[in-house]
Amino acid sequence: MILRRPFFYIILVIAALFVYFPLHGNNVSLREDLILVAIAIILASNLNLMIGYTGYVNFGHIVFYGLGGYVGLYLATVRGWNLVLSALVAGLVVSLCALLFGLAILRLRGAYFALATIGILQAVQAFVSNFDPWGRSTGMYLSFESYQPLGGAMRALWITYYLIIAVMALSMILSLAIKNSKFGLGLFAIREDEDAAVVLGVNATVYKAIIYSVSAFLPAVAGALMFYKNGMIDPSIAFEFMMSLEGIVMLMLGGQGAVMGAALGGGLYEKLRSYLLTSPTLSNFHLVIAGGLLLLVVLFAPGGLIGWFYRLVPRARKVIE
Amino acid sequence: MIDGLLVGAVYGLAAMGLSLIWGVMDVINLTHGSMIALGMFAMYLLFAALTINAYVLLLPIIVAGLLLGIVVYWMAVHWVVGRSMLMSLLSTFAVNMMVIGIGTAIWSTSPYNVNFTLPGITIGAYTFTGNHIAAAISSVVIALALQLFLYQTRTGKAIRAVADNREAAELMGISSTLVLTIAFGIGIALAMTSGALVSTLFPFTILSGATYQLKSFVVTILAGLGKPFGALIAGVLLGLLEGVVTPFIAVSWIPLIEFGLFVVVLVAFPQGIFGKRATA
Amino acid sequence: MSSLLEVRGVSKRFGGLLAVSDVSFSLDEGQILGLIGPNGAGKTTLFNVVNGVYKADGGTISFLGKDITGSSPDKVVHLGLARTHQIVKPLNDLTLLDNVTVGACFGREYLDLKAARKVALEVLQLVGLGDRAEMIARSLTIAGKKRLEVARALAAKPKLLLLDEVLAGLNPTEVALMIDLVRKIRDGGVSVFMIEHLMQAIMSLSDRIVVLNLGRKLAEGRPDEVVHNPDVVEAYLGFPDIVDKLTRTD
Repeated sequence: MILRRPFFYIILVIAALFVYFPLHGNNVSLREDLILVAIAIILASNLNLMIGYTGYVNFGHIVFYGLGGYVGLYLATVRGWNLVLSALVAGLVVSLCALLFGLAILRLRGAYFALATIGILQAVQAFVSNFDPWGRSTGMYLSFESYQPLGGAMRALWITYYLIIAVMALSMILSLAIKNSKFGLGLFAIREDEDAAVVLGVNATVYKAIIYSVSAFLPAVAGALMFYKNGMIDPSIAFEFMMSLEGIVMLMLGGQGAVMGAALGGGLYEKLRSYLLTSPTLSNFHLVIAGGLLLLVVLFAPGGLIGWFYRLVPRARKVIE
Repeated sequence: MIDGLLVGAVYGLAAMGLSLIWGVMDVINLTHGSMIALGMFAMYLLFAALTINAYVLLLPIIVAGLLLGIVVYWMAVHWVVGRSMLMSLLSTFAVNMMVIGIGTAIWSTSPYNVNFTLPGITIGAYTFTGNHIAAAISSVVIALALQLFLYQTRTGKAIRAVADNREAAELMGISSTLVLTIAFGIGIALAMTSGALVSTLFPFTILSGATYQLKSFVVTILAGLGKPFGALIAGVLLGLLEGVVTPFIAVSWIPLIEFGLFVVVLVAFPQGIFGKRATA
Repeated sequence: MSSLLEVRGVSKRFGGLLAVSDVSFSLDEGQILGLIGPNGAGKTTLFNVVNGVYKADGGTISFLGKDITGSSPDKVVHLGLARTHQIVKPLNDLTLLDNVTVGACFGREYLDLKAARKVALEVLQLVGLGDRAEMIARSLTIAGKKRLEVARALAAKPKLLLLDEVLAGLNPTEVALMIDLVRKIRDGGVSVFMIEHLMQAIMSLSDRIVVLNLGRKLAEGRPDEVVHNPDVVEAYLGFPDIVDKLTRTD
């Protein structure tokens, strides 16, 4: 089982480090830094399930995060539910939605699927912008009282941080588990040659629906947690197309297909991005640099950093998955 | 509503650029939107500098588009032709990001305008805006030129041969690299020209290209690949649809409707209403 | 002997083209049934209809007594009918072992990963690729890929194996080895239905042969019968005396 894989323990260590460093010394700014890295890793890892494992490019992945944020915030604030419950329910609701979206678009192949996912993102954004109970284009705000059940705003921020780290660890563990399972093998077969996979007995229709839905769950939970922490949500920040694209850049940068690749790409890109956005000269060029990076990776190192590393140290494949 | 029809011709023109590249080299050009935006700014700059009839300025813009297309082809596209669709999606997307990034740095996201107006024509109760008419006529003329080029000239036929079967074309002595370069250049030129035309009709920003890119996709899927006149007609239909629908529905719903249409058409008619099967 | 595969009146149309027209035959257990015919006769189309890649426009197909007309390919494999492709479809970025494991995991026995890997290794040994199990499929030669294709299909533990031009593109040595392999497969209890252009091979391997021409069944019978059938000769072989030369199996 996955408990035998060394990488499982590496994941736990990484999560532990994420918890330890900000906690030790009560370093709030480090925590805020790392929470963004964690979100990036969550998004990239789950996106990897679709792109790296199954070969279906999802350009609209961020829709799950945003929708999860909305459902979660609504349940926690308007309905006054417990945070963890809200987040989990958000995850389930969004996964169900993914199943429905999938029914419509998973029959499309390649680029058509990719374009249709953008359509889903824009459709959901348009819908939410006009949806009264969720504040239409103004969105929703979290009242301060909502933090009380967790012991006040300060504590709430730390608790959501731990929860998000947990989701990050779960995302990576999920990727690892799938990669080493029969289900994962079926996905790889679909990626390599969907028609051949079907002839070999893989029920591609069902598998694709499952993985699309599964890839929505943890980002939705993370969205619920993150927007709760931020205290507000509106359509423009929940469904930022740019974030979806950055997810893809992260994946390509780190190396699609590998669990570590998604994590590496997520972490590195997030660091790069925050550096760019705070630098006075370079902030305008954030997009240019991201694009340039993506181009370089696609042209010269399609396997990303992990791919390059695997070529350097082939044995590493077994350990760093 | 008639204006919608006329604008539709421009949608068709924009779509032709996308459709040509897609049909010839099986690459979905995600720089399309940014190229349309560049066309808008090109017209703005040229007009600001020269203040002559804006439509005359289309000619240098077409040439600029060709050259830019060749540059983009050699920068990002040549190396991914034939590789998986993901790679070409990503590489063209990367270029798109860079262009938008540079564009935003230069022009920010403020709206711009090209203040050149042709007098309109009034027939009975309807007034047709001069610019709209000129834009539609330009689009039709260019579509005709493209059709003639593809079907009557040697280079055009070479392009169609490569689109049909690249290996076979190469075996017959056609340099597919040259052909692909030219085809890509034409595709970008078409995109930029459509942007230039749009700039005479509406205010625009560096980000406006994205809406037209979406419309191009919808039109291309409706029309099938590689058919200039099919694209024109599908574009006009889309323009008509928009013209009919806009008075009743808030503008923010339009992209949603167009995408809905996009998905529905993809699922129902993968080969487009007019045409050649798109292999993705 | 019971009829393993029964094809009755099957037709398949593509727009205006009738690719397969009213074809009927049956295959018995333990048999090697050959399928020959000029290019464009509809042989691969027939395969595609039998294993569910295409839906028949008419007729029925039953396998092991069950009606499989219109079943999707993945369901057909679960029943025990596997196939290889004329143009091989390796899962390029996976290892040979992973390739064949897919076959074992999703085949008739629907094994779990561990058991499937064991079966995969055995099958790889059988086809002679055992020593290269960890190689990436992309790096194989065409002969290797053909073997991989066969191994993958075998790993599904089929009762019937459809082989589509498994000898095409192989040099004489490779052909001889592959012929051996096909015999081994049949001896192992798997019936075979094979499309082939290499006349010597199909004549020596097949128990019975079905001949297709322009979508219709032209003839059916033992190899020596079929090959002397004047219609077959006319449609396919050209000159009568070539037949005797080709059927000398030495």
